[in-house]
Amino acid sequence: MNSAYILSLLQGLWATVVLSLLTFLFGGIAGFIVALARISRNWAISRGAAAYIEIMQGLPLLVLMGLCFYGPSILGYDSLSPLTAATFALTLYSSAYLGEIWRGCIQAVAKPQWEAAECLGLTRWQRMRAVILPQALRIAIPPTVGFLVQIVKNTSIASLVVGYAELSYNAKIINNATFEPFLYFGIAALMYFAICYPLSVQSRALERKLNVANR
Amino acid sequence: MTYNFDFAAVLAYWPLLLEGIWTTLRLTLFCTVFGILLGGACAVVRTGGPTWARWIVSLYVEFIRNTPLLVQCYFLIFGIASMGIRLPILVGATIALTVNIGAYTTEIVRAGIESIHRGQLEAATCLGLSRTQTYLHVIIRPALERVYPALSSQYVLLMLASSIVSSVGVEELFGISNRIQSETYRNFEIFVVLGGIYLGLAILVRGGFALLGLAMFPRRRKLGTPL
Amino acid sequence: MSPIVELKDVRKSFGELEVLKGVTFEVNRGEVAAIIGQSGSGKSTALRCMDRLETIQGGSMLICGHELHDDDIDLKSLRRDVGIVFQSYNLFPHLTVAENIMLAPRMVKGMKQRQAREIADTVIAKVGLREKMDCYPEQLSGGQQQRVAIARSLAMEPKLMLFDEVTSALDPQLTGEVLRVMEQLAADGMTMILVTHEMAFARKVADRVIYMRDGKVHEMGSSDILRMPATPELAAFVAESAEH
Ligand SMILES: Nc1ncnc2c1ncn2[C@@H]1O[C@H](COP(=O)(O)OP(=O)(O)OP(=O)(O)O)[C@@H](O)[C@H]1O
Ligand SMILES: [Mg+2]
Repeated sequence: MNSAYILSLLQGLWATVVLSLLTFLFGGIAGFIVALARISRNWAISRGAAAYIEIMQGLPLLVLMGLCFYGPSILGYDSLSPLTAATFALTLYSSAYLGEIWRGCIQAVAKPQWEAAECLGLTRWQRMRAVILPQALRIAIPPTVGFLVQIVKNTSIASLVVGYAELSYNAKIINNATFEPFLYFGIAALMYFAICYPLSVQSRALERKLNVANR
Repeated sequence: MTYNFDFAAVLAYWPLLLEGIWTTLRLTLFCTVFGILLGGACAVVRTGGPTWARWIVSLYVEFIRNTPLLVQCYFLIFGIASMGIRLPILVGATIALTVNIGAYTTEIVRAGIESIHRGQLEAATCLGLSRTQTYLHVIIRPALERVYPALSSQYVLLMLASSIVSSVGVEELFGISNRIQSETYRNFEIFVVLGGIYLGLAILVRGGFALLGLAMFPRRRKLGTPL
Repeated sequence: MSPIVELKDVRKSFGELEVLKGVTFEVNRGEVAAIIGQSGSGKSTALRCMDRLETIQGGSMLICGHELHDDDIDLKSLRRDVGIVFQSYNLFPHLTVAENIMLAPRMVKGMKQRQAREIADTVIAKVGLREKMDCYPEQLSGGQQQRVAIARSLAMEPKLMLFDEVTSALDPQLTGEVLRVMEQLAADGMTMILVTHEMAFARKVADRVIYMRDGKVHEMGSSDILRMPATPELAAFVAESAEH
């Protein structure tokens, strides 16, 4: 085992974290919009959001990466950097899943709460902001933390079409030089595990706490 | 700058695309069968096996669910090769994908098994059914029926994720399109076409699961309600 | 007439808690025995021991010729001889009424589909639900589900039927239809032991009434003991039940 290789893996790990955070930031914003669009009373908007979700959930992330990598240059823009293209693709992808998760949370709260808030004479948006969203946020946290795990794992796909040098990319490069797949992919896997497992545990713990509180 | 789309150049390779579709579907089918067998067995162990075996299954499930499929593929496929074992690449890919989907299946089926009420087991015991018979007819069957929607979604995701094995050299739909890419340089068009095909395949696989579900679960067919 | 059920000084504990503290009684072939008593007195536990859903720790229990204290007891054959029905019907929700009934005859007795179906037709007629054969449990009322549960047990052609408060979860109207089925069973000569809160029913069909109190048989006799209890405890219990 060579310390330069370990350093390279750690650099890859950092790149993975950066891409994950960017994805969560932009994917979260876009996902929130998707969720609101999905429950809009405007038929065209809600159908549009549903179609968007349907399409994103029916495409492999690899294909989405390709479209985001090659698409902009066709529209006349400069070609995107690997990080930008990967963030773009992962944002689109995550926004659909997060949008769907959050729509469920909002609707779970909205049904019983809607009428109560209606009695108070609030407008629809006021009700949403003052009554629905704060409560939806509470039940949205466990599945959202759970989805973070998906985001981290999905960043590995960015090493393929767009060639973003994150953890699995660096591990592959090292393996090409050393031919020790068990060792270096094993370490890479452990690094992913070190990020994802605590998130999974946390998500389950939060879920359990919520279930107890609701009882 | 205006770009002239040339889908015809890509679509001219339709025999190649068909071959890729066929490989993707075969891969998905094999992994579905093996994945359900592996996941079902692990779920049974996880809920009713000896403590040490439960531990091993938990370890397997947690490890797979908290690491990326791509790294699992590299680890298994390159790893097996590095031991000097020569496997056809499609076999290697099937193993890697099965190991992956098996873990997700375990979790889903386990949730189904745990949702079966204890009274059901007691009723089966009182009627004289053996342990195996009880598991098969009173636990596994209704558990599968209950989690079938979640399972189907997971296997649609598997079909989409199988594109990842192109990175270890499997010429399934995504992998085979690399050839078209190197001959036509129509990168964007290729991805649009691939996107369309995968969307179609997702609908196909989802429909296949729906039909299979109707065939397997007569209660659902007749009542149309979830169990 | 020889007893088909024989309990001698049966003891059973859950951890520290002794639930059965020496229970002794007999039930003869063709008899109907009603077990009554306060909540927590060990009625269900006694019944569950008879089908070896619980193991006993002391005394002896002879059920249809099976000595339940044996470690190498043939459970399969015991459960062929004994049918048991609980308060919660526990029908298999993914199977139709017919399939619920035919499952055990096919699995345990290895019957062919046709033979099992004949038996199912017979027992479903006994509980008066012939037209519901192809329904799923959720399509039936509670009383109907309980009658199917009885039919499912009968399909194994047991020598002894155990009932644990089978009508407790049901509305009064539905209770009647289940009790009528049980009454008919008794009239047909089935040996039955039932834990029940229905005093009127016990008085009507029971040949033997067993009053349990604090893990023991406190008073036992013909159904006359419900009219003229010998012990003040049973008298109080009967009076209390009559109020409800
Ligand atoms: N599996 C068990 N583990 C521990 N304690 C138990 C168990 N089953 C029953 N008990 C205890 O044994 C005692 C007798 O229970 P049992 O169910 O036999 O009473 P019962 O006479 O049937 O009462 P009820 O009329 O309420 O059904 C109770 O105190 C109960 O808490
Ligand atoms: Mg009881």
